[in-house]
Amino acid sequence: MKHRTFFWFILPTLSAMVLFIALPIVSVFIQSLFVQHEQVLVVSESCGPFGCVEETQVDTEATAKLREERPLGQFNGLATYFDRSHLASAEIAEVWRTSTGLPSFIDGIMDLKFYKALVFTLTYTFVVTPLVLIFGLAVAVGVNNLPKAFRGVAIFISLLPFLVATIVGSMILSWMVDGEGIIGATLQNIFNDPSLSIKASTPLMWIMLMVYGVWHTLPFAFITFYAGLQTVPQDTLEAARVDGANKWQTMISVVVPHLMPLVSFVTLMLLMDNFRVFEPLVSFQAEAHAQSLSTFIVSDLREAGNPLYASAGATSMLTILGVVILLTPVLIRTWRDFNAKVH
Amino acid sequence: MLLKKVALAGAVAGLMGSTAFAADCGPSGKSVRILGSDFPAIQAVAGAAEANCAANAGEFTINLRDNTRDMMNQALTPNPAEYTSVIVANSTLTQLMNDDLVRPLDEYVAKYGQHLKPSQLITIGGKVMAVAFMANSQHLYSRTDILEQAGVEGIPATVEEIVAAAEKIRAAGIMEHPIVMNMKVGWNVGEIFNLFFFANGGELFKPGSAEPNVNSPEGIAALGTIKSLLEYSHPDHLSHASNETQGLWEAGKAAMAVMWGSRGGAVLDDEGSSDEVTSNTVLSAAPTAGGGSTPAATLWWDGVTVAKNIPDEDAEATFAALVSGLTSDLMEEHNDKAIWLIDGFQAGPAAAGVSATAAAGAKPYPMIPFINLMHNALGSELVDFYKGDESAEDALADVEAAYRTAAKEAGFLQ
Repeated sequence: MKHRTFFWFILPTLSAMVLFIALPIVSVFIQSLFVQHEQVLVVSESCGPFGCVEETQVDTEATAKLREERPLGQFNGLATYFDRSHLASAEIAEVWRTSTGLPSFIDGIMDLKFYKALVFTLTYTFVVTPLVLIFGLAVAVGVNNLPKAFRGVAIFISLLPFLVATIVGSMILSWMVDGEGIIGATLQNIFNDPSLSIKASTPLMWIMLMVYGVWHTLPFAFITFYAGLQTVPQDTLEAARVDGANKWQTMISVVVPHLMPLVSFVTLMLLMDNFRVFEPLVSFQAEAHAQSLSTFIVSDLREAGNPLYASAGATSMLTILGVVILLTPVLIRTWRDFNAKVH
Repeated sequence: MLLKKVALAGAVAGLMGSTAFAADCGPSGKSVRILGSDFPAIQAVAGAAEANCAANAGEFTINLRDNTRDMMNQALTPNPAEYTSVIVANSTLTQLMNDDLVRPLDEYVAKYGQHLKPSQLITIGGKVMAVAFMANSQHLYSRTDILEQAGVEGIPATVEEIVAAAEKIRAAGIMEHPIVMNMKVGWNVGEIFNLFFFANGGELFKPGSAEPNVNSPEGIAALGTIKSLLEYSHPDHLSHASNETQGLWEAGKAAMAVMWGSRGGAVLDDEGSSDEVTSNTVLSAAPTAGGGSTPAATLWWDGVTVAKNIPDEDAEATFAALVSGLTSDLMEEHNDKAIWLIDGFQAGPAAAGVSATAAAGAKPYPMIPFINLMHNALGSELVDFYKGDESAEDALADVEAAYRTAAKEAGFLQ
């Protein structure tokens, strides 16, 4: 395709991407550089059904004037990125200075919510992603080897976890593992320990979330690989068989290399999705044990009542940065493969 | 459920019959758009306003939903605002006033509010900003049959008595976890801290400033008090909010609970529970702690506000419609749905807990502009302590640090 033709061909997509993806990101970034004006406070008496008290209130007129002059707020530069809720540079320096050894240093770092969430998110991403790839491929090969008559049913059943909305699926499982739910209560009975509770234990909760993550995203990997399996060249398979390769060897040396581009694609998608894990944390009511950067954004925007836009913006930008860092190796690999094929 | 709806429709129709002609709905042909949380008392108030004044208004819409606090500021910010009125509570009025989104109501009160009691008027800096219609607070729920069976005399009045009673119930093998309370991570964890912090004599902020004051002996005492209760509460407590605790209570799986008064009606009614539970459930004042006399509770009110960014005549019609419903007729139809602040309220058994708690001198939930930030910091940073990963001092120091970070961003601290 000529460059000119290509340009006109891509223009509609490109402009939509600039409008709906690039510009909002820029706006979020700008927002993250500003914090609110210093609030003008006045003390006044407030009365109600329970009597009167002296209470502080915002002097709205004075504050409105400040806002009109500079609607974005006070320029704060990158300070929000380095405050205690985010990268916490000052706190880390303090922990470094006062820690007595590696365990106490790690303890100090784990007290900072950003790093605590990062540890969970990365663990989740690096456990769930490979498991989904491996099991997805296994299920795809299994279904592909079934007699034709059963394949339709098998595909449908394998896709079910994907069809159930995340929030619904995790909610159902959450009720089942609750101390009062069927799985939770059965476990308590088996171990004869009424205090045993998945929701009360951080390691069990993490395992629960990861098992759910694998269960829920497996069908995506499965269906992609299953589609790929239909395109494995029969000649090569035949040749491998003639050369005396067993099923396992054929799998490793023929099928997997053929599926490699799909593996890269699925890995990219999984890394992105898993790094932004959110719904399961909400439905499992797992906030006590596991937080992700996404839950912080929501709590900055919603829980605070008067939203903390700078904090939410900074967390969003750091999430994007995190995703970019995670994806870089896969992207470099894909780029190399692409160049290798072209030349 | 169907029966309930039919009954409600009947009640609304009844109201229409009795007050429709008496109500003064203000300027006619105006737009009234109400946003509120979805629970029976607000349904009753909004329903009464609609029954009285929908005919007089050009447009009359009611939107009752969950989590209104997450979107009310955004809804009232544009001019004209999405809604002409939001039904708020202490904390959400603060949230709206921080952004200057509600208007003073004095002139409307003079014109349409003759039947309101002075104590219903929420006055801030000399201006009426909201009209309260119901009160709420946390308090103690007890199962008298289980307490009796375990050999506990009377209803516990202090945290120490509750813990002793729980130990007896456990020792008698009746229940392993007799206590439930709303300890869900986030807002509820913060609120439970407030209760016991106030009961131990704490003040959240240094007087006259936005500087935090929770890392104090009172804060440590409050955490100690809460921990002593958690010893006997359900192992999943960090995921329990009102729906879960009410469910456990109605299923007969708890003997003592710290729950909201607004749940009293639903707990005591004949739905969702057995007669054994409802007939033995007693609502009493929130407990005191550490030898103090302040009950471990915060007093709340729910009330109506009028948006600032709307035409004056819409505002007038909205106010007239809403207060037209706050009458003794409403009481007759919906007496047990809330602890009403309206003239003519007869306190029933479902209101006993809140009345006793207020009478014992519980503190109102503070209406301070930076209270939400403190509440959030408490809700997220205390969890490590409850899980046993951190000491009380460290957790409270974390709360103050997290609060300072947020308060700086919001412009309350420099």
